[in-house]
Amino acid sequence: MCLAVPGRVLRIEERDGTKMADVDFGGVIKEVCLEYLPDLEVGEYAIVHVGFALQRLDEESARRTLELFAGLGILQEEFGDPWEAAVAMGRTAGGAETGVEEVRR
Amino acid sequence: MKYIEEFQDPELAQRLLDDIRATVTRPWALMEVCGGQTHTIIRHGIDQLLPDEVELIHGPGCPVCVTPLEVIDKALEIASRPEVVFCSFGDMLRVPGTDRDLFRVRAEGGDVRVVYSPLDALRLAQQNPDREVVFFGIGFETTAPPNAMTVYQARKSGIRNFSMLVSHVRVPPAIEAIMRSPDCRVQGFLAAGHVCSVMGVGEYPELAEKHRVPIVVTGFEPLDILEGVRRAVRQLEAGTHTVENAYPRAVRPEGNPAAQAMLADVFEVTDRSWRGIGVIPDSGWRLSGRYREFDAEQRFAVGGIQTREPAACRAGEVLQGLLKPHECEAFGTICTPRTPLGATMVSSEGACAAYYLYRRLELPQARVNAAAAGEASPVV
Ligand code: SF4
Repeated sequence: MCLAVPGRVLRIEERDGTKMADVDFGGVIKEVCLEYLPDLEVGEYAIVHVGFALQRLDEESARRTLELFAGLGILQEEFGDPWEAAVAMGRTAGGAETGVEEVRR
Repeated sequence: MKYIEEFQDPELAQRLLDDIRATVTRPWALMEVCGGQTHTIIRHGIDQLLPDEVELIHGPGCPVCVTPLEVIDKALEIASRPEVVFCSFGDMLRVPGTDRDLFRVRAEGGDVRVVYSPLDALRLAQQNPDREVVFFGIGFETTAPPNAMTVYQARKSGIRNFSMLVSHVRVPPAIEAIMRSPDCRVQGFLAAGHVCSVMGVGEYPELAEKHRVPIVVTGFEPLDILEGVRRAVRQLEAGTHTVENAYPRAVRPEGNPAAQAMLADVFEVTDRSWRGIGVIPDSGWRLSGRYREFDAEQRFAVGGIQTREPAACRAGEVLQGLLKPHECEAFGTICTPRTPLGATMVSSEGACAAYYLYRRLELPQARVNAAAAGEASPVV
């Protein structure tokens, strides 16, 4: 849950008086709040946690981290469907019926 | 060396390991505070690659795991109310409360939603003015600024149908509590990198000095962990105890001042109970007076909660580094991610989950057989 993922700023705009950006995480685009890093510019990288840019990152290390995360399936875990993830977690226990799928709707 | 090929840069990993091996002359116990680091360590077998002298003790840095059972039960109760849209991060869905979890509440008709960001919850409140939108605000110093900003914006925009169930925790008081424990074996700390991205390193020199322990701010990737261990071992062998930043690419000494200012406005420090551990003085944040009206605990007076932990669960000892997950009798037998007894078995940062995902196959055969037998009987 404390995972922070590096992303690259694609576009910046004010939305409802708040500085927001579209950020690219190795192909997944998310809306991110820039209020804590207001001078971040388009093309720069930052580490992003639950939709907030928290600290600048240089391009080289950001790319390496993204590569690693993609390889380990961490990007999928972070940006995939959380209900699916919870069901998958039940499945890792090895059983056919997880007891979790039944309660999905 | 069965895992080293999987490192991004196996050569660098080998050099770091060689340096640690050449430096170490006697046993040392280091604690990695953050559960994200625990997962990296177990997933990549870092504890097995290190020389025998270096022991890694897993710390309590899993916010999902330490959220008190009483707060989980309150969340389940609030989420069950017909007027409520209950929003949470995905990690909380399967955390066991006294007799159910958020997944079950949703199956029973509760409107439980998973959001990526707390701002998504605020947007839901704007879009559904006739519903009460509640966000489950948990986490360490990394997650607190996003949640603080969300409450700040709710107040600024006058969004009255939004509230937050707050159970935030802070790392430095936990380090203090660990060092004070009579059973403490920790001789050095790997501090959580992203917590320091926000807070900087200013809170640590006093702790390092007072308890004479090196504290190395460490990242989350395999090479980061090796570098953190290398620096801590060097200090221990040299008899020093300073604060070092081994994660400078994401941590500036001053942290993020804008985030710290927001935290100081929206939250105030409070004593907080940690699941399985107990109350740690000054270890939490709650909404400050100006924002109290957004406190879900006040808005939905949930009382009369009787909590009950499964007797077999030893998550408290696991969280304090007193027990390794596989040493718990229930591990992999009656307790699995499918039938978790403790939050540490379902959180993506929980130590029990890490051992289950990456170490289950190393369990002795007798335990595995017992597990198969255990599957037959339903586990509550
Ligand atoms: S293995 Fe399960 S029962 Fe044992 S401490 Fe971990 S969560 Fe609790």
